[in-house]
Amino acid sequence: MSIYLVKRLLHLIPTLIGVTLFAFLLVAAVPGDPAQIIAGESASEEEVQIIRDQLGIDKPLYQQYISYVTNIFKGDLGTSLRSSKPVLDEILLRFPTTLILTVMSLVVMIIVGLIAGIASATKPNSIRDNVSMMISLFGISMPVFWMGIMFILLFSYYLPWFPSGGSSEFKHFVLPSLVLGLSASGILARLTRSSILEIVNQDFVRTARAKGVKEKYVIYKHTLKNALIPIITIVGMEFGVLLGGAVITETVFSMNGIGRYVVESIQFRDFPAIQGSILFISTIFVLVILLVDLSYSIVDPRIRYEN
Amino acid sequence: MESLLEINNLKTYFYSENGEVPAVDGVSITVKKGETLGIVGESGSGKSVTALTAMRLSQGKVMGGSVKFKGIDLLSLSDEEMRKIRGKEIAMIFQEPMTSLNPVFTVGNQIMEAIQTHMDVGKSKAKERAVELLALVGIPRPEQIVNEYPHRLSGGMRQRVMIAMAMACNPSLLIADEPTTALDVTIQAQILDLMRDLKEKHNTAIMMITHDLGVVAETCDRVCVMYGGKVVEESDVQEIFKNPKHPYTQGLLKSVPTLIDSEQQTRLYSIEGNVPIPGSLREGCYFAPRCEFAMEICRTKAPAFKEVEPGHFNRCWLHELDERGELDVKQLVESN
Repeated sequence: MSIYLVKRLLHLIPTLIGVTLFAFLLVAAVPGDPAQIIAGESASEEEVQIIRDQLGIDKPLYQQYISYVTNIFKGDLGTSLRSSKPVLDEILLRFPTTLILTVMSLVVMIIVGLIAGIASATKPNSIRDNVSMMISLFGISMPVFWMGIMFILLFSYYLPWFPSGGSSEFKHFVLPSLVLGLSASGILARLTRSSILEIVNQDFVRTARAKGVKEKYVIYKHTLKNALIPIITIVGMEFGVLLGGAVITETVFSMNGIGRYVVESIQFRDFPAIQGSILFISTIFVLVILLVDLSYSIVDPRIRYEN
Repeated sequence: MESLLEINNLKTYFYSENGEVPAVDGVSITVKKGETLGIVGESGSGKSVTALTAMRLSQGKVMGGSVKFKGIDLLSLSDEEMRKIRGKEIAMIFQEPMTSLNPVFTVGNQIMEAIQTHMDVGKSKAKERAVELLALVGIPRPEQIVNEYPHRLSGGMRQRVMIAMAMACNPSLLIADEPTTALDVTIQAQILDLMRDLKEKHNTAIMMITHDLGVVAETCDRVCVMYGGKVVEESDVQEIFKNPKHPYTQGLLKSVPTLIDSEQQTRLYSIEGNVPIPGSLREGCYFAPRCEFAMEICRTKAPAFKEVEPGHFNRCWLHELDERGELDVKQLVESN
C-alpha cells in the first residue's frame, strides 16, 4: 500500500510541471504584446514598459518560466492587475465559499444519487425504477442556470424560505448547493443503477445468497462495495469540477467564489489572476484525482496489490 | 435410509422472447441422508436449474411440483424462512471458484459471514472457526490465508475456501454444482477426495451435479441421468456403469475415452446432434431425434419413468415394449 502511495505521489511531479507550464505559456501564447493589451490602446509607451517589467516578459522564455516557478514555491502567484493585491490572497479569500458550496453539493448529490440508484437497481423495470430514472434524466438535461432561477422563484420569491443570493451565511448556500447537487445526482443515480445491475448478476452475489446472507447485506455489502469504483470516479470528478468554481451557479446566486473570480479576471484581462487561478484550480483537481485513485485501492484490494 | 431432500415432479419454466422454456420439466429426485447422489447430463439438461430451484435461487418460475427438505415444503416457505435454511441446512458450491468469491472481502470475512449469519457467535470466535475450517479443507497456513483476498489464491484453493464456507454450519445437504469442472485434473482429484472425506466425517449428503462420468464413478452412490429437463434414468452407480438401460446413458458411457479403445479406434464415439433447445420439443421422447433406436412411437408419445430392475428406473419405450413382449430389445441392440 505504501509503495503504491509513493508511486502515485511521484506521478504528481510531471503532472504539476505540466500544469505550471500550461499556465505559464498561456500568457506567452497570447498574440501580440500582453502588456499592450493590458495597458490598453491609448496607453503611452512608458506605461506599457512598466507593465512589461512587472510581467517580466522582456527576458527569454525559459528565464521567465524559472522565475515563475521559483515564485510559486515562495507562495507568490503574482499580483492582480485589477486590485494590485497578491493573486493568492484574492483566491484564498474566495476559496472558502467555493469549498463550502462544493462539499454541500456533493453531500446532496451522493445522498440523492445513491438512494435513487439503489432504489432503481433493486427493482429494475418497476414503476419505482422508471420514475426515478425519468427524474434523473430531467436532472441531467435541465440547465443549471434554469434550475437555479426556478429555485429562486420557488424558494425565495413565492416561498420566502431562503435568500436568493449572497455567500456570507449558511442559509445562502442551501439553494445553490441543492441546485448543483440535484443536477449532478442524475448522472450518479444512473451510474449507480447500471453498476449495481452489473454486479448483482455476478457469481459471488449468488454465493452470498446461497449462504443465507440477508438481502440487505447482499445489496449493501456484497454488491455496493463492488459497484463503488465508477461511483467514486464520478463523485471525484464532480468534486474537482465544483472546486474549480461553479461559474454559472455562483453568478445566478451572486456568490463570491472562485468561478466568478475567474470569469471577472478574464473579462478584465487580468493575466496574473487568470494564470494563478488556473494553477490553483488545476492543482486542486490533480490532488482530488489522486484521492480518487487512492480510494480505489482502499475499495478494491486487487488494485492495491497490482501496483 | 431416510430421505432428506425430495423433489417431486418439479417444473421450472423460463420466459423469454421466444416464449415458454421448460428448463426443468417434471423432475423427481430424492437425496437420502448421508448419500451422494450424482446428477449427470449435458449442458442445458436442467441439472443446475433443478438445484437452484431447490435452493430457491433460480430466476425461473416454478410451475408445479414440490421440494421437501426434512419434510418441510421449501417452495411454500417465506423468503426469510428459506434464507435461514440456505447455508445452514443446505449449502451450495459452484462451478466457478474464480468468480464465486467476492473479490473485495478477505476469505476470512466471507467464511465468518457464513458462520455469523446462522450462529450467534462473536467476531473472534467466528474467526477461530474460520481458521479451523480452512485447516479442515486442507489449506496450508490457515492463520495467514484467512486474511488474504481471493485473487491471491489459486483456483483449487478458492474452491477449498468455497467448501470451507459451505461446511461452516455443518449442513446436512451439500449441493455441488460442477465443483471440479474449472479445475486442473490433479486438483480435481484433491477436491473430490476432500469432499468424500468431509462427507464421511460429518455424514453430509451431497448432490453432485456434473457432466463428468469420472466424477460420478469416483464419488456417487446413486445417479440420475438428466436429458431435456427430465430424469431419463436412475440407479445405483455400479448398475449404471455395468448395465445402462437408456440409449442416452449408453451413449454417454460410450463417449468416455479409454486406453483400450484408443488402440482400436481412431475416433471417439459421440452422440449425434445437439441437446435440443429447451422448449423446442413438446411431444414424445426428447431424445428421439438423436437416438439410434428411435421408433415411430418415440416421436409421438412420451415414455413413462418405470422401474426396470429393483432400484433401476428408465424412461424409454424400448424397455417398456420389451416388457410387454412387443419388442426384442436384445436382438435390436445386436442387430444395430
